[in-house]
Amino acid sequence: MKGEPMELKLTVNGKPYELMVKPNTLLVDVLRQELKLTGTKVGCLDSACGACTVNIDGKAVRSCSVLAFQANGRKVTTIEGVGGDKLHPIQEAMVDYGAIECGFCTPGMVMSAKALLDENPNPSREEVREAIQGNLCADEGYVKYIEAIEIAAKKMRGGQ
Amino acid sequence: MIADFEYFAPKTVDEALSLLSQYREEAKIIAGGQSMLVVMKQGLLTPEYLIDIKGITALDYIKYDEGKGLRIGALTIHRAIEKSPLIRERFGVLSEMERNLATIQTRNWGTIGGNLCHGDPAGDPAPVLIALKAKLKLSSLRGERTIEVEEFSKDYLEVALEPGEMLTEIQVPTPPPHSGVAGEKLMVMKGDMGIVGAAVSITLKPGNGVCQDARIALSNCASTPLRTKEAEKVLIGKAINEGLLTKAGEVASTEANPPVDVHGSAEYRREMIKVFVRRAAAKALERAKAAS
Repeated sequence: MKGEPMELKLTVNGKPYELMVKPNTLLVDVLRQELKLTGTKVGCLDSACGACTVNIDGKAVRSCSVLAFQANGRKVTTIEGVGGDKLHPIQEAMVDYGAIECGFCTPGMVMSAKALLDENPNPSREEVREAIQGNLCADEGYVKYIEAIEIAAKKMRGGQ
Repeated sequence: MIADFEYFAPKTVDEALSLLSQYREEAKIIAGGQSMLVVMKQGLLTPEYLIDIKGITALDYIKYDEGKGLRIGALTIHRAIEKSPLIRERFGVLSEMERNLATIQTRNWGTIGGNLCHGDPAGDPAPVLIALKAKLKLSSLRGERTIEVEEFSKDYLEVALEPGEMLTEIQVPTPPPHSGVAGEKLMVMKGDMGIVGAAVSITLKPGNGVCQDARIALSNCASTPLRTKEAEKVLIGKAINEGLLTKAGEVASTEANPPVDVHGSAEYRREMIKVFVRRAAAKALERAKAAS
C-alpha cells in the first residue's frame, strides 16, 4: 500500500535495528528522529552542504540524499559510532588543533575524513582537500580541518 | 516533503522489468537518487510506485574487451568509474570527467545510469560519452535495443525510454588509433555543475596529421546535451591549427541555445562555449598527436 510503513533492517554503529518506516523517509530522518542520533546534522537538506554525511559500508554519503530503504541491510556509521568511549584520533586532532569553530559542520567533516583515512592512511594534501570538498564550513575553517586530518592520519599510522 | 509512494526493491533486472511493465507510466525507477531525490523533495516528481534498483548488483560492473570496447553496468557508481585503473588507462577522459562530477559523497552513491536517465542537459557524462561515440543498452520485457547516447536525450529532463524500459549498460567503443578525447567545464568551484561544458574527440590520419574525424558535444548549452555538427565540420578534413580551433568554438557557439540563469546570461554562455570548445579541442588534438 502506498505510504504504508515497511520493515527496515539496518546496522547503525554496530548495532542491528529493525524499524517500521514509511518508504519516503530519508536516512537522516531515521537516524535523527527514530534512533535519536542527533550528532548527524541537517544543513541544507539539498545535497549541497555535507553536514549530514555518514558512512554507508565505509563510504562517505549524504544521509539527506539517500532513502532510508536504500540503506536496508547495510552498515551505517554516524559520528556517535566513530570513537566509542573516547575520541577518535580525527576528533582528537580537530579539538587539539582548534579546527572546530561553531561545530555544526564538524560531524560531517569527521565522517568524510574517516572514510578517507580508512581507505587511504597516507593521503596527499590534495586528497584531503578533495575528501572534504563536499563539506561546507560557514566559518571558512578549512585550513585547520585539513591540518587536523593530516595530523590524525600521521597519528593513526603510528607516528606522533 | 517527498510524497508517498509504494516501494519496491527488486534484486534482479527481470524483477525490475516485470514491475515496470506492470506499473508503466505510474512507476519511476530510482538508482542512487542523487538527482532524483532533489526533484522529489521539491514535489516536482510524485510517482505512485518507486522501483529502487540500487540493489541489483548484476548491473554494477566495468568490463573491457579489445573488440567490444568498454562496457559499464548502469548501476556502477561514479566513484568506481573515477577509480578504475582500466578506465584511467584506456578511457582517461571518463575518469577525468568523474573527478569533477559533484563531490565524493555524491560519487559514492550516484550511478552513471541514473545520471544519464535523469536527462539533465547540464550533466557531465553525456557530452563525453557522445564524443566517445558511446551507445546505451535499453532493456524491457520485449527484449533489448541500443541507442546512441546523442539520441537518448529528448528534452529537458526527458529521455528516450519507452514505458517498461530501463537503461542497463553503457557501451563505449575503443577509439580508433591516433585519437584524442578531452572534456572541459566552467566551474566556480570544483565539482560544480558546469556553467558550460565541452567534450571533443579528434582522430588524425596516420602520416599527414589531417583530422579524419571529430566530435564536439556541449553540456548546459541547450535543452539536451548538444552535439554541434557544424563545428565538427570546421575540423574534419583539415590540418588543425590555432585558427581552426577558434573557428570551431565560434561555430559551436552559434549552434547552441544556452539557458539563462543565475550562473550566466545566454551571451556569457555563448562566449564561454567559444573558450571551452577551443580548450577541449586543443587538448584532444594534443592527445591525438601524442597517440600518433
